Amino acid sequence: MSTPTRTQSTEQRPPALNVEAIRADFPILQRRVHGLPLVYLDNAATSQKPRSVLDALTRYYEQTNANVHRGVHTLSEEATAQYEAARAKVASFIGSCCPKEIIWTRNASEAMNLLAQSWGRANLRRGDRVLLTEMEHHSNIVPWQILSAELGFEIAYLRVADDGTLILDDLPRLLDGRTKLFSFTYMSNVLGTINPVVELTRAAHRAGALVHLDACQAVPHMPVNVTELDIDFMSFSGHKMLGPTGIGALWGRRELLNVMPPWMGGGDMIREVHLSGFKPSELPWKFEAGTPAIAQAIGLGAAVDYLERTGMAAIHQAERELIAYAMERLATVEGLRILGPAADQRGGLVSFVLGDIHPHDIAAVLDNLGIAIRAGHHCAQPLHERYRIPASARASFYLYNTREEVDLLVKALHKVVEIFNF
Amino acid sequence: MDLYAEEILDHYKHPRHFGHLDHPTVTFHDRNPLCGDEITLELQIVDDKVADVAFTGHGCAISRAAASMMSEEIIGKSLDELKRWNKDNILDLLGIEVGPVRIKCALLPLKALKAAVWGMGEEDE
Ligand SMILES: Cc1ncc(COP(=O)(O)O)c(C=O)c1O
Repeated sequence: MSTPTRTQSTEQRPPALNVEAIRADFPILQRRVHGLPLVYLDNAATSQKPRSVLDALTRYYEQTNANVHRGVHTLSEEATAQYEAARAKVASFIGSCCPKEIIWTRNASEAMNLLAQSWGRANLRRGDRVLLTEMEHHSNIVPWQILSAELGFEIAYLRVADDGTLILDDLPRLLDGRTKLFSFTYMSNVLGTINPVVELTRAAHRAGALVHLDACQAVPHMPVNVTELDIDFMSFSGHKMLGPTGIGALWGRRELLNVMPPWMGGGDMIREVHLSGFKPSELPWKFEAGTPAIAQAIGLGAAVDYLERTGMAAIHQAERELIAYAMERLATVEGLRILGPAADQRGGLVSFVLGDIHPHDIAAVLDNLGIAIRAGHHCAQPLHERYRIPASARASFYLYNTREEVDLLVKALHKVVEIFNF
Repeated sequence: MDLYAEEILDHYKHPRHFGHLDHPTVTFHDRNPLCGDEITLELQIVDDKVADVAFTGHGCAISRAAASMMSEEIIGKSLDELKRWNKDNILDLLGIEVGPVRIKCALLPLKALKAAVWGMGEEDE
């Protein structure tokens, strides 16, 4: 018996996706909109769900449904086992050492509020600084603003250059020892920019700051390993990674989570309660008050199974090829200006403006042609202010999107120009 | 593509009453932060009636067409009458079905108008 020799090239280049087979797994892709086949290009807002995830939800409700951690009856034990198994899947998916580092939340926004209200409240005071960037989603700005109004710490923003990348020259000034936390996005949901997480994290740690990564647009689209990245906290949402709405997670290093105070009170998060007070539960339940989103967590576990079967490196590679193609084709549309960096520095999304045409009008015309894109400020108003535009249009791709769909998008944009000829 | 009926596109591309008045009696600015639409509405009021109107701002085709059509319609109307206007007046002017998201665009001009005419009267409420 000979041991197969692994060649360098097969390790570096993941196998191509079988997009046709993947598409067959997503029932909604059979849908027609305004009489035309759906072209779904709003994946950065939320992804579609494969049959296996939908089946996991149905199976749970039809065969297992019970509350978790409470009953000693069969259903409750099965529900608890499935629910905690999903946590373990998610932990291993992101390279965490252990399931207890995964705190379930409703979504990434709630994860960031948890971080602010628990870690932030316990660790930040007047004179301290939280460093964000100009390209953050409102979810990674407002929780800090709410807390800063109360505690009086400062918020600073690492600026974005015209080309959509972060201006790293300002880092030494902003990481001066007063900064206690650097919280930034892995990939911008508007510019598509993939930020140099390892470099930013190193700089923050050198200055004694912790790092929180908003990985909403990264975890669904590329291999993410929290241990290799050496970060301290990370937030993401299940619904953007083939899972159901209503489930997301905060990951944190357990020694940090262990000493953080609870932020919501209720059932499940306590060890004991007396009329005189309570003792919080251990990790991860300390942060999970009340009956959780059980079916949704199990559904997210099924989504992780699907992504792992497909291969994150292969998904990332396919999206990189698709975005390069899309940017090349979009450049043929008269008056179209792309926001953000070149294709090789971004993930699978592209935002643009088209002459004077309002993005809502673009999206409405496209919708009539069965094409779903996003128009607006994409919950990143400060970034749009920085570029002095009120809004933009965004096409965002995922593993089931094709070059033909890019062609349909581009054709439709030519039509938009025709209708509104400016 | 009835959202972009000829008439709406015509008002979008050639908005009526776009610009400023020399001596507005009242000016009101409003915006829809969700989509970045903005409008500044100027009214000249004579004898409690709209004698002239102008608007500026930027927005999508629906909001601009609504502002343009509304401006044509309100000249000569009394403040009392305009205070009783509601969304149906605007939707009738537009003559299209507007979904739950775009309705905010369509109604931004009306919102500015209502604020302007209510702000005009003394002790009205
Ligand atoms: C970068 C980024 N951060 C945070 C969020 C918020 O996610 P959610 O609405 O699921 O909490 C999103 C998604 O809209 C996002 O793209």
